[in-house]
Amino acid sequence: MKSFRLTIWHAVCLAGVLIVLYPLVWLAFASVKPPTEILSSLDLFPDEFVFDGYSKGWEGAAGIGFGRFFLNSFIVAGGSVIANVLSCSLAAFAFARLEFRLRGPLFAFMITTLMLPYHVTLIPQYIIFQQAGLVNTFVPLILPKLLATEAFFVFLIIQFMRGIPRELDEAATIDGCTVYRTFWHVVLPLSKPALVTTSIFTFIWTWNDFFTQMVYLNDTDKFTVPLGLRLFVDTSSESNFGAMFAMSALALVPIVLFFLAFQRLLVEGVSTSGLKG
Amino acid sequence: MADFRAANQRQAYVFLAPWIFGALALTVGPMVVSLYLSFTDYDLFTTPRWVGLDNFVRMFTDDGRYLQSVKVTSLYVLVSVPLKLVTSLLVAMLLNTRAGSHGFYRAAFYAPSLLGASVAAALVWRALFTSGGPVNAVLAGLGWHTPSWVDDPDFSLWSIILLGVWQFGAPMVIFLAGLKQIPAELHEAASIDGAGPVSRFWHITLPMLSPVIFFNLVMEAIHAFQAFTPAFVIGGGRGGPADSDLFYTLYLFQVGFEDFDMGYASAMAWVLLAVIAIVTAVVFRSARLWVFYDDDGGLDS
Repeated sequence: MKSFRLTIWHAVCLAGVLIVLYPLVWLAFASVKPPTEILSSLDLFPDEFVFDGYSKGWEGAAGIGFGRFFLNSFIVAGGSVIANVLSCSLAAFAFARLEFRLRGPLFAFMITTLMLPYHVTLIPQYIIFQQAGLVNTFVPLILPKLLATEAFFVFLIIQFMRGIPRELDEAATIDGCTVYRTFWHVVLPLSKPALVTTSIFTFIWTWNDFFTQMVYLNDTDKFTVPLGLRLFVDTSSESNFGAMFAMSALALVPIVLFFLAFQRLLVEGVSTSGLKG
Repeated sequence: MADFRAANQRQAYVFLAPWIFGALALTVGPMVVSLYLSFTDYDLFTTPRWVGLDNFVRMFTDDGRYLQSVKVTSLYVLVSVPLKLVTSLLVAMLLNTRAGSHGFYRAAFYAPSLLGASVAAALVWRALFTSGGPVNAVLAGLGWHTPSWVDDPDFSLWSIILLGVWQFGAPMVIFLAGLKQIPAELHEAASIDGAGPVSRFWHITLPMLSPVIFFNLVMEAIHAFQAFTPAFVIGGGRGGPADSDLFYTLYLFQVGFEDFDMGYASAMAWVLLAVIAIVTAVVFRSARLWVFYDDDGGLDS
């Protein structure tokens, strides 16, 4: 009886997983179908495997290959990861460990910015970067992260640092460590799980980000992957379907790899800090 | 001791320097400027011209597309958020029944949360919901004939709502963590007293889970108000058939960065901020009525 119920439970779960992952499986197979077959045939599996979409899509647009878009996305996402980890851990250490007069109000302010829609600061930020001649560069995409504007991660790291026993840094202080050395040699290494979670989420969110990149990047040679895919948004011609789905599938590969490598950490990060997906 | 404190003060601001600079230069400063711009007519190239409340008046009296974007976004928030929370709670409860063996399922259900926000996923979604796509084929098999969802003004928004619900993984994982916190003795005691599963759900699971429901509700609502990518991609970059996918942020983008009507776009951003603040405040206030805290901590904020 017990094993019967367990079987039913697995069957229900598997059916759910099939439905939920179907769009991704569909994409994987659509990317190797002949373009005419993608929407006309309902078979999940292609009659024949065709890789034209990949070769055609990789050529990109306006003489700039899709490889360039990937490189740009990696630069933006990689730069964002480094910037976020550095700046957010510095701010988090101050909030989690140091006494200072404005701690209460500043912490409350930081929590409030969690709920602030990005759009309220968007236009003045754009004006600043435009005046500085930095529109159409990656600076507006990375610099805000170097200034710890992503309060989510500051909060995540604070929560983690609060769990590190204070005796450890007190011992370091007694041994003559300055606050800076205590931060660098004691607290930061112990915060590694939070820093890894921050890195992964920063990478994935930056990789997926469309709005900011569309606002700031104009020239095709600066395009990131989402902007490269945008070129397909208004195509309705069937001949482009192959390239569109091939590049869409490629665009998801880094996220899938990250997910497979770090899924436990990701899921744990969400359940302990309540990060949005 | 006093010296240590003083030194600590200075060091704290060294650590906080990047954050403080960012908060002033990229958050507080820009907020003040955008509030000012919302009362002006500004095209990015000429000096802003003060127009008083004109932008706000125009929004609500003389801009059909604005009102359409409010309608579309409200519908999206009101439908997708509850649907997403119910789905995530159901899946979390399904996974919570067998402790230990659900790692694979949890990960699989969570995956769309990471992938679904991308342009790529939205492109796939558009294909799945067109006339010849798999969704219509399945529905036709069940005897229900639907038009091409993404091309029909009455259906298009629903495909975007479903794309939002598909990303139920994050709240699901948070619910699952919350469910594990509920002491098993509560359920056992209630069972011994003769309470069935439904009664236990209403009288134990829901009250014990209410702080988590509250948290997920606030986060998902704030998130939903700002949805952009699916509306842009599925609506073909313009707002969909008869503007049926014209989300608030999409219209704001068009006004600000295609028409360069930056004063009006700033005013729109401030209305969005006001609406999010009001909705959050209402949810926080209502929390006193339905959120149950086990400890006597209560709501501090």
